[in-house]
Amino acid sequence: MAQVKYVSASRVYAKDAPPAVSALDLDIKDGEFMVLVGPSGSGKTTALRMLAGLEPLDGGRVEIGDRDVTFVPPKDRDIAMVFQNYALYPQKTVAENMGFALKMAGVHKDERARRVREAARLLDLDDQLLTRKPKALSGGQRQRVAMGRAIVREPKVFLMDEPLSNLDAKLRVQTRSQIAELQRRLGITTVYVTHDQVEAMTMGHRVAVLAGGLLQQVDTPRHLYDNPVNQFVAGFIGSPAMNLQTVPLTEGGARIAGTTLPLPAAVRTAASQAGLRELVLGIRPEHLHVANGSGELTGPGNLAGSRALAGEVLLVEELGADALLHVRLAESGDSVVARTEGRVSLAPGQKVTFHVRPEDVFAFHPETGARLAG
Amino acid sequence: MTATAVPARPVKDREPGPQKLREMSRQVGWGVLAWVVGIAFFLPVLWMVLTAFKPESAAQTWPPRFAFSPTLAEFRLVFSGWGPFVTHSVIATVGSTVLVLLLGVPASYALSVHPVKNWRDGLFFFISTKMLPIVAAIGPLYVIALKAHLLDSIWLLIILYTAMNLPLAIWMIRSFMLEVPRELLEAARLDGAGRIREISGVILPIISPGLVSTALICVIFAWNELFLALNLTVTNAATMPMFLISSVPQEGLYLAHLSAAATVASIPVILVGWIAQRSLVRGLSMGAIK
Repeated sequence: MAQVKYVSASRVYAKDAPPAVSALDLDIKDGEFMVLVGPSGSGKTTALRMLAGLEPLDGGRVEIGDRDVTFVPPKDRDIAMVFQNYALYPQKTVAENMGFALKMAGVHKDERARRVREAARLLDLDDQLLTRKPKALSGGQRQRVAMGRAIVREPKVFLMDEPLSNLDAKLRVQTRSQIAELQRRLGITTVYVTHDQVEAMTMGHRVAVLAGGLLQQVDTPRHLYDNPVNQFVAGFIGSPAMNLQTVPLTEGGARIAGTTLPLPAAVRTAASQAGLRELVLGIRPEHLHVANGSGELTGPGNLAGSRALAGEVLLVEELGADALLHVRLAESGDSVVARTEGRVSLAPGQKVTFHVRPEDVFAFHPETGARLAG
Repeated sequence: MTATAVPARPVKDREPGPQKLREMSRQVGWGVLAWVVGIAFFLPVLWMVLTAFKPESAAQTWPPRFAFSPTLAEFRLVFSGWGPFVTHSVIATVGSTVLVLLLGVPASYALSVHPVKNWRDGLFFFISTKMLPIVAAIGPLYVIALKAHLLDSIWLLIILYTAMNLPLAIWMIRSFMLEVPRELLEAARLDGAGRIREISGVILPIISPGLVSTALICVIFAWNELFLALNLTVTNAATMPMFLISSVPQEGLYLAHLSAAATVASIPVILVGWIAQRSLVRGLSMGAIK
C-alpha cells in the first residue's frame, strides 16, 4: 500500500530543449487509479518512466510510500510496469514470463507457480496457455499476460504505459473496464498513461492532464469536464471536442452568430481588467440545442434565458442514438459541432437555430488560454 | 434471422490480360537472369568436382571431356595425406570462433545496449584494424611470433584468427543487439535482472540466429585463411589451404589431385552453411523481420 508523490520533478533531455517534464507536482493517493493524459510530447510517458526509474530526474524528487526513490534502481522500487507493446520475453513461456521477476527475487519454485496460476485465474488465462510462447497468443491474450506479469509481483504501484493501444477497438473497450475492475479489486495504486481522453475519463479516479511537459489540471473526470481551468483542458477533454470560438466583446456580453451572449459579471470584470477586446468562448457540443424548422426545441425543455444562434448545416453524422451536426455559424462563418439527441431530420444546406444557455458557456483568455473566472 | 445476402463471387478471368502478360514476361526474364548468374557461379565448382573424379591424364584435356571413367584415386591420395592439416584447421577455426563469440558478445553489449563512454571511438577502432592490408602487418607479426616462440604454433593461428574476425563479429553482433526492443531490456531491469541475466536470459536467446550467422562467417573466414598460415606456419600448424598448395607438385600433372583436395576442403564450409542456412538468412536479414 503506497501513495506516490512527484515533488517538482523535472526531466530535461537536451540542454537547450524545453524540459520534457517541468517541475511536476502530483500527489497520488494510496489505492488511487491516476490517469496521466495528454497529446504526444506532453511528457506523460516521461513522467511515468521517471516513476519507474527508467528515466533519471534532472530536478526534484519522486516518492513511493513516503520513501524517496529518486536514486533507487527500478528493481528496488517495488513497482511493476505494463508496456505499450507488452515487452514479453519471446523465448520464454507465458508462465516463465509471468514468474521471471519472482525468480529474480529468489522466490521458491512452488510459490512462484502458485502465484502465476493465481494471477492467470484472475485474468481468465487458461492453464494450457501458460506453457505457450507469446508468439502463439492473440493480441488480447498477450495484453493479459503483460498484466499478469505485473500482478504476480504484488507491487506497491502499477505503472501502465498505454496498455490498450495495440488492441482493436472492441477489445479495447472490453479490456478497459476489466482493468478498472481489477484495479478496484486489488486496490493497488495505479498510474496509467494514455493519450485517449475517453480512457482517461472512464478509468481514472482522478485524471492529470499534461501538455508541453506541464501539468495543466488534476481532478476527477467529472470535475475536469465541468470545470476546465484553461482552454487546453477544455478542448482536450470531451468528445467531440468543445467548440472554441474567438469572439468580440460588446457591451452586453460576447457577439456570436448574430446574437449577443450575456456573460457573467465575474467574466466581464476579468476581461475588462485584462483589457481584452475579444475572448474565446467554449461551448460543448451537447450544449448547442437545436431548434427544428418550426422553432421547436428538440433538446431538454428547460432553456429559460437561452440565446439563439443561427447557422447552416454543413454535415450530419448519424451515430444511431444521437447525431453530430456540423454547422457553419452566421456572421463569422466558423464551423461548430453540435450533438443532438434523438433523430433529427436535417440536411446539409438547411438553416438551423441553436439555443445556448449563458451558464453553459466557458470563457477563456485569447492569449494565455486561462479560464476567465465564471 | 432473415436471409443474408450472398456475396457476389468474383469472376475468374480465363485469358490473361496484357497487364498480366507483361507481369509474367517480367517474371520469366528475372528467372532466366537468375539461372544464368547461378550457373555462372556454379560452373567452376562443378568443374572442380568433376575434375576431382577424373584420372590425372583426363583432367588436363582441352576442351574438357565430360565422358570419362570416374575414379576415386585422387580422393584416396588426399585422404592419405590430409590428417594433420585438417586437424589444425579444425582446431584453429573452432578455437578462434569460440573466442570471437566469447569476446564479441560482451564487447558488442558495451557498444550498443549500455554504451560505454566514447563508444563511437571504440567502434571505429575495431573496424579500423581491418583497413590496413594484412600484408603490411606480416613483418611485425612475424617478428612478434618469433620472439614469443609462437611460430608454427596452432596457438598463434587461434590468436590471429580471433583478432582477424573479432571486428566484423562485433559489428554484426552489435547490430543484432540494437534490434532487441528497448522495452524488453527495460522490462528485464524492472524484473530485477542484472547485467549477466540481461545478456544470458533476454538478449542472447533473441539474437541467437544472428550469433549463428556471425559464427558461421567466422568459421568460413578462418577455414579459408591462407596468407597468415602460409607465412607463419610450416608443419606443426599448417592448415587445409596449406594442404591445397602442397598438392601442387614441382613437376608433373596435378589438376585432378588439386581438385579433389579443394573439393574435400570445401565440404565442411558447404555443410555448415547448409545446416545453418535458415538461421543465416534470418540472421543476415534480422532487421527486416519484426
